[in-house]
Amino acid sequence: MSETTLGGIAGRMPKFIRRADPAVVTAFACIVVLLLLGSLYSRSFLSPEYLLQQLKVASFLGVIATGMMLVILLGQIDLSVPWSVATGAMMACAAAAYGTVGVALAIPFGILCGVAIGIVNGIGVAYLRIPSMIITLATNAVAQGLMVVYTGGFSPQDSATAAMRYLATGFAVPAVPNAVIIWALIGAATVFVLTRTSFGRAVYGIGNRERAAYLSGIDTRRVVMIAFAVSGGLSAFGGVLLAGYASKAAQSMGDAYLLPSIAAVVLGGTSILGGRGSYLGTVAGVILITLLQSILSVMQMPEAGRQIIYGVVIVAMLLLYGRTPANR
Amino acid sequence: MKDWRYWLAEQRGTLLAFAIFIVMFAIYSANHPAGFTANVVQTAANKGVLLAFVAMAQTLVVITAGIDLSVGMIFTLTNCMASWLVVGTGLETAFGVIAVVGTGLLCGAVNGAIVIYGRLQPIVATIASGAVYFGLALLLRPVPGGSVNEDLADFLTGRFFGIVPASLVALFVVVLVIWVPFSRSELGRAAYAAGSSETAAYMSGVPIRRGKFLAYTLAGLLAAIGGLFLTFFTYTGEAAYASGNAYTLFSIAAVVLGGVSLFGGKGSAIGAIFGALAFRTIGDLLFVFDFDPLWQPLFQGVVLLIAVSLGAFALFRVRNRLEWFL
Repeated sequence: MSETTLGGIAGRMPKFIRRADPAVVTAFACIVVLLLLGSLYSRSFLSPEYLLQQLKVASFLGVIATGMMLVILLGQIDLSVPWSVATGAMMACAAAAYGTVGVALAIPFGILCGVAIGIVNGIGVAYLRIPSMIITLATNAVAQGLMVVYTGGFSPQDSATAAMRYLATGFAVPAVPNAVIIWALIGAATVFVLTRTSFGRAVYGIGNRERAAYLSGIDTRRVVMIAFAVSGGLSAFGGVLLAGYASKAAQSMGDAYLLPSIAAVVLGGTSILGGRGSYLGTVAGVILITLLQSILSVMQMPEAGRQIIYGVVIVAMLLLYGRTPANR
Repeated sequence: MKDWRYWLAEQRGTLLAFAIFIVMFAIYSANHPAGFTANVVQTAANKGVLLAFVAMAQTLVVITAGIDLSVGMIFTLTNCMASWLVVGTGLETAFGVIAVVGTGLLCGAVNGAIVIYGRLQPIVATIASGAVYFGLALLLRPVPGGSVNEDLADFLTGRFFGIVPASLVALFVVVLVIWVPFSRSELGRAAYAAGSSETAAYMSGVPIRRGKFLAYTLAGLLAAIGGLFLTFFTYTGEAAYASGNAYTLFSIAAVVLGGVSLFGGKGSAIGAIFGALAFRTIGDLLFVFDFDPLWQPLFQGVVLLIAVSLGAFALFRVRNRLEWFL
């Protein structure tokens, strides 16, 4: 494999580096390059405050990308992220308007709405065998329709609860933003589930070949369904955090998270065909995307240029290591 | 089996879409305050034709078992371009139209190149290329504006002989000039074959790469024609993210309603056109029944959800559970 091509150098390297996925290494290398480029542009780029701030911004994307990764590992995709995010945020804020009970239940209610969207996706994909890209687009449209009816086409007036703000912007541990802690907890749980439980093994198995997984006794349909429900819930939770960060929900707040979440997962070396990928890669992808966004905005690149660079970078990275095998 | 039964089996999706459209349009025009007049038909045609072009574009790609999530953005980009270029004297306008259509071809060719020769997954590749096209559109039109050659615009959005909507005629011409030759050509067959079973087609020496590339390229062209017509209808160019996304989404709905299989290899652009017209009519039904326009997105979303769920009926024909996992 690639270890032999590196020859003697690789032989002296510690084991964990030799075993590392080249895509993950590339992603981390790109992060370092971006940081160096950024520090050439502005000295404050390497300051701890700035880096911590970036990590905080990255954690919203990180939470959403975690759900996306689960679904992509199955060989599916979740295109309902934009309005799952917005629904989670809006419903959490809406619940906050109903007295103290509402305030207490705001966060679970928002997440639950996302789980509901995810379950519809899961039923469609797992039981009705509809291509995931199609059914998730459709549920996205339905969620958008529901929210438009609910809000009357304007951004809702309800604001986030104190708990939501605390989760997104507070500091439970000095100097470490809560959002980062949440991302770390969710990440740790995901790593545990993916590598240490039969559910996680089933996810990889289904991603490789669902037919084989089914024949080896896995209830593949239930696993797919649960994965989509989790993805919807995590998207909605990302929305709840974002609403806490901005202290209110907005109509198109989720639009900016679809492409980045897919890109983060895929740039982190997870195969878009499913069955292969590590959470470490997703972490790298999320940080990479966030840094790229941050540098572009520090350079005061207008939205148009950002979109173009973004698309080009993603295609370029995919061409580097996201290609499917050729026909034989 | 007789020939006509083969034909019927092949065209079942298209005929079903046609029937849905006729029924929906009958309900629509029967309840329209103005009734079934040339004006009502013209307005409906003008709205429907935009989606029909984008749906045709989507069909070409879906036939190859791919998907183009950037059609809406090509549509938006060409709309913005047309609002700069399709102005002035006849010659300048002609040059502008060619430039806009050429841009569409180029966008489609880029999609085709990265999907086929770059071997990337169509979903991710076209979402990313769509971001680029939207960025370019935003560069051209940071704020909505611009203009268009109004003589040409009025000619193509008006009526011939006071009855026939010009946009429908244009759609018909495009079908005759692009779709019919494509579907009957060797490369068109290759696109179908690639969608039906890429491995088998490859083994039989079918030029699948060129066929798929042509499909993606022509999809860009058709989306550009749609963008051109949008400019003729609105007289302006606007880089609207939401509208580009909506067109991508609706094109998929139209394709599904039009009986084109999302697994590739089956269906025709004619079906997708009727699917598009039917989808637009269904969306507009709310207006003739005096519902709040706020309900329209939800209504369209539910129609889309039902349309895509209809494919699940195929599950009843499954004899062996392993066929679930294609």
